[in-house]
Amino acid sequence: MSESDAFPPHLRPVPQRVLRQQQFTSLEEKPQFPGASADFVDKLDFIQPNVISGIPIYRVMDRQGQIINPDEDPQLSQEQVLKCYKTMTLLNTMDRILYESQRQGRISFYMTNYGEEGTHVGSAAALDDTDLVFGQYREAGVLMYRDYPLDLFMAQCYGNASDTGKGRQMPRDNASRAVICYFGEGAASEGDAHAGFNFAATLECPILFFCRNNGYAISTPTSEQYRGDGIAARGPGYGIMSIRVDGNDIFAVYNATREARRRAIAENQPFLVEAMTYRIGHHSTSDDSSAYRSVDEVNYWDKQDHPISRLRHHMLGRGWWDEEQEKSWRKKSRKRVMEAFEQAERKLKPSPQHLFSDVYCEMPPHLQKQQEALARHLRLYGEHYPLEHFEK
Amino acid sequence: MAAAAGALRRLVRGGPQQGLGRLLQLRSGIHGSAPAAVQVTVRDALNQALDEELERDERVFLLGEEVAQYDGAYKISRGLWKKYGDKRIIDTPISEMGFTGIAVGAAMAGLRPICEFMTFNFSMQAIDQVINSAGKTLYMSAGMVSVPVVFRGPNGASAGVGAQHSQCFAAWYGHCPGLKVVSPWSSEDAKGLLKASVRDDNPVVMLENELMYGVPFEMSEEAQSKDFLVPIGKAKIERQGTHVTLVSHSRSVGHCLEAAAVLVKEGVECEVINLRTIRPMDVESIEASVMKTNHLITVEGGWPQFGVGAEICARMMEGPAFNYLDAPAVRLTGADVPMPYAKILEENCLPQVKDIIFAVKKILNI
Repeated sequence: MSESDAFPPHLRPVPQRVLRQQQFTSLEEKPQFPGASADFVDKLDFIQPNVISGIPIYRVMDRQGQIINPDEDPQLSQEQVLKCYKTMTLLNTMDRILYESQRQGRISFYMTNYGEEGTHVGSAAALDDTDLVFGQYREAGVLMYRDYPLDLFMAQCYGNASDTGKGRQMPRDNASRAVICYFGEGAASEGDAHAGFNFAATLECPILFFCRNNGYAISTPTSEQYRGDGIAARGPGYGIMSIRVDGNDIFAVYNATREARRRAIAENQPFLVEAMTYRIGHHSTSDDSSAYRSVDEVNYWDKQDHPISRLRHHMLGRGWWDEEQEKSWRKKSRKRVMEAFEQAERKLKPSPQHLFSDVYCEMPPHLQKQQEALARHLRLYGEHYPLEHFEK
Repeated sequence: MAAAAGALRRLVRGGPQQGLGRLLQLRSGIHGSAPAAVQVTVRDALNQALDEELERDERVFLLGEEVAQYDGAYKISRGLWKKYGDKRIIDTPISEMGFTGIAVGAAMAGLRPICEFMTFNFSMQAIDQVINSAGKTLYMSAGMVSVPVVFRGPNGASAGVGAQHSQCFAAWYGHCPGLKVVSPWSSEDAKGLLKASVRDDNPVVMLENELMYGVPFEMSEEAQSKDFLVPIGKAKIERQGTHVTLVSHSRSVGHCLEAAAVLVKEGVECEVINLRTIRPMDVESIEASVMKTNHLITVEGGWPQFGVGAEICARMMEGPAFNYLDAPAVRLTGADVPMPYAKILEENCLPQVKDIIFAVKKILNI
């Protein structure tokens, strides 16, 4: 019978995991504080944040797409690499068309993903189909990699009758699933981020915290967003395993996400991946970034360090792609997007009956009355409204 | 306190039902089993409700600060951690933003969490989670993601807890479509409403009152049963009357009943309505009462501007009851100041029994 069994439940000693300190004898002058496991020091010295040479950036390919250390090559098949490339370029094509359509007044708002396609697709490729994804707003590539149809991207932009809202994640009792949570370096300043990191660590959850550090939060550059060594340096403060990767290197993103995922599930602890990248586009269609950064800076990233170019160079180097295929794919992907776009534009808008639904699980009487009143009104005066653009 | 509680018990049992109750007592005496009405404090009623719902549905769990081994900051969850363990009764770090988010996420994923705020003042740290993540998600997901979470804890003024710990949130949460808001007064209210809230598929904010936790009420046999529910959205007439309608929620209901007991000696019969639910508000019951008594006084602990009383008055104007008012409706509310700490100031910042009596006499011109 163990020592704890000798006591009735309400008088048992606190379980060992709660104490989490080493066993020291009280005769020695060693620290006994429950709050930290550390030695004494008699010299007054502050810990200097290291922002000059911070946490190193893991990468697999150089800017020309050559693998630097062959041991780190994830050795994805040609099929997998092509899927990654086609996803990134299809996303890029869709971005261009939808950004333009907003400028033409056809949709109200859009956010592009220029420059960050590598972070989406590299991480998505490393996940299992059953892993849960919590996105912020600049992760369309993750959805696209998981075969979210163009029709539904368009439907959400147009708010037409096919827009279903985000899919509901079904609860599953499957132990080998991870959760990935995407956020930008700006969002990491919110209080929720602190709570999220701390809870994930204390509750020992298999969560991948994936930070897209793209240099800007709307117009706020990282130099004004934080003073420390980016987001990766915060992880150890919470007891979270952390890594910084080259976000424009799709293989580096893949490798880091894959390994973090494997260990998060195996060890039941969160991982923090900070993917360094650059936001080539404006924050959204409501932003004009020439107001706060130079065109030269943007051009550098577009021309010298772009995830799509780097992967293309890699594929060309391996003989998996050529100019012919590039031309034909560009044509094909543009055609696919345009077709989905035109179809979305023609689709009907949702029925006016939906104006009143889903505030509560059951429609409250006052909204029911308003819904009935609208129905009566439309029966009498429907000809004065553009009802032909709406589902019944 | 005990004397007041005694008066309350008598008032709760008062009214036309009393005769029938006595008759039933005698009848059961002849047949051998007495109706087992017992005295139960609000605290114990809440504890029973939690216990019963945890037992009934394994998806239900309680999380919050100090709810587990400590038995709850106000002992509402006494004994539950011992009975149900770490997976059903979860202690959290001091981060409302964090644990409220976790509760909402758990609800979205199919569990039925009860998220306890040590007081509702701390819910302000997590108000984005309550209103945006919980309240609006069903709507924003086009009906696909429901959030069956209950947020509960003590609301409003306590005794000597100062400005930052005395706020009433009935109007704040009652403002938001997508949330349901309930405010129990008696033990029966507390138990029935908590059970109904847990079983409701919408996010529910349950505003308890710390000063009521220790107050005993008589609970009928029916109210003691494991399936006893108080319907959300339905007010209760605690006392029938003909001269004036007093509408209230939470602790103020008791004050209204005390005022009514004093006024009856002067021949004034007050109808006391216990709202029980702030949102959706049972406007029909108030209207029916006002159409009978022609006079309306609302009583609440919260601040006057944009408050529960303000909403009631507006609704009366928009409906049939307006034509039956013989005098403008009156709102009795907390004073429009942050709650002071000094005891005498604090007492005078909340509507007291004497204030209700004064208002009734004024509205009736006596």
